[in-house]
Amino acid sequence: MAKAALMEGSNADLAARDLLKSLLSSGKVRGVMTLVETGPAGEVNYELVADVAALENATPLYPLMPANAGGLLSRLTVLEGFEEPVAAFLRPCELRAFVELGKLHQVNAENILLISATCGGVYPLRASLNGGLADGLPAYWEAVANGEAAEGLRPTCSACEHFVPFGADLVLAAVGSGGAGRLAVVARTPRGDEALEGLEGAAGEAEVETAGVKSLREKRGAARAELFETEPLPAPGLEGLVAFFGRCVGCRSCRSVCPICCCEICYFDAAATEPTPRTFDVHLKRKEGTRVPPDTLLFHLGRLTHMSASCVGCGMCADACPVYVPVATLFAKVGAETQALFEYVPGKDPEEEVPLQRFEEEELAEVGEERFGS
Amino acid sequence: MDEEFEPKLLYILCSWCGSGGSESARAHGLKYPANVLPYRVNCTGSLPPVHILRALLEGADGVAVSGCYPGDCHYEGGNYHARRRVALTKAILEALDLGEDRLWFRFVAHGEGRRFVDTAAEFNDHLKELGPNPLNEITTT
Repeated sequence: MAKAALMEGSNADLAARDLLKSLLSSGKVRGVMTLVETGPAGEVNYELVADVAALENATPLYPLMPANAGGLLSRLTVLEGFEEPVAAFLRPCELRAFVELGKLHQVNAENILLISATCGGVYPLRASLNGGLADGLPAYWEAVANGEAAEGLRPTCSACEHFVPFGADLVLAAVGSGGAGRLAVVARTPRGDEALEGLEGAAGEAEVETAGVKSLREKRGAARAELFETEPLPAPGLEGLVAFFGRCVGCRSCRSVCPICCCEICYFDAAATEPTPRTFDVHLKRKEGTRVPPDTLLFHLGRLTHMSASCVGCGMCADACPVYVPVATLFAKVGAETQALFEYVPGKDPEEEVPLQRFEEEELAEVGEERFGS
Repeated sequence: MDEEFEPKLLYILCSWCGSGGSESARAHGLKYPANVLPYRVNCTGSLPPVHILRALLEGADGVAVSGCYPGDCHYEGGNYHARRRVALTKAILEALDLGEDRLWFRFVAHGEGRRFVDTAAEFNDHLKELGPNPLNEITTT
């Protein structure tokens, strides 16, 4: 059991909003980064809010992800950290992305109170068109409170096994809260303890790992195995992969919304990779043909070599794809392999470097055998 | 027909040990298959996996990478980084069934001319057995 505050609220979203309000009005933080409702039909955006009144429209756990907030928070802090304390409400995968970006030196994490929650998942952004999400929200919150898997989520959310955040200062126990109207906010760090001190809500103790969390974890595990088998994924081999990316229009939205793809100039935007008339000439002579523009597959494969070991499976890439290529499922599946290779869980341990920044002297003997080996 | 298949083999060598191995081979009058295309990089640790992928997608039947033995890297750790990158690239190729055994990583020391030509020949035989790279059958990637 850890120190906790119990928040009143008919669902986790309202409890989360109350928590942010208390933190801001008590002066413990100077600002709050959270999802805010910006339209009448379920339009939400991330905002940095410094005014308690403006938090009336905050909806920290609204089941949509317009951007991976880990990436946003990195952009806000990459040059310098906040001068005054700011609370940021991130979903577990957003928090993991934030941690990964920290390892890639894209973050100044000082003065940030990281708040997260056990996560019921988000819907594809398309599901919110024309207010299409509003009617389903009560059922969503009921599913979350009971540790059930909500229907119609982003595929990678329905198959997400890391919906309990690693290492946040405060964690709202949303999943499996039982819907009794009282939600626990659990402190995990000294900074979290300090934030809870004197806040409304009886000081008590609570666990993040509810029975609902355990039951949801099992369901997600089964869904994950099924997703990697049944979601339209490329048939093995090049032919399947070319068909899978056959619709790709080359807009590179998948990259621009990816929190891990943080290079200022992408290799694939570099002048060196810009196709010239000579490129086509060479392709015609050596390959007897080419796709125009070329390198569609190389872009996606290259991106896998750059980010798959850190992929948090947030699903932004598939949501941003204008032609509905289920790229997130493919990347999550390949990412699972590359992460297993290095026994690496992205965003779990801030002290552990990303796999391609470190090495062991004795490892991977099956790739390059040792001196005088076979 | 199979006997006549001559693989296009790209052999990426670091400029210290890998290339050194090929120089030693020359000094000892050792020969490697003529279809091997040596490609020198400063350090295998400076080799982006994208170049390996491009080679495999654009005509190579196989890519071999050779740098210094563990502990011998001119830049201390480039060969270890390269090993991780090659392992990662192989894992991606394997996950997508794109032929991870067409990518080899072998240490070759400066003085190991014999090992260099043996590795080139061994990889050449391996690729002959595998046949033409199916990744070259589709040009519109």
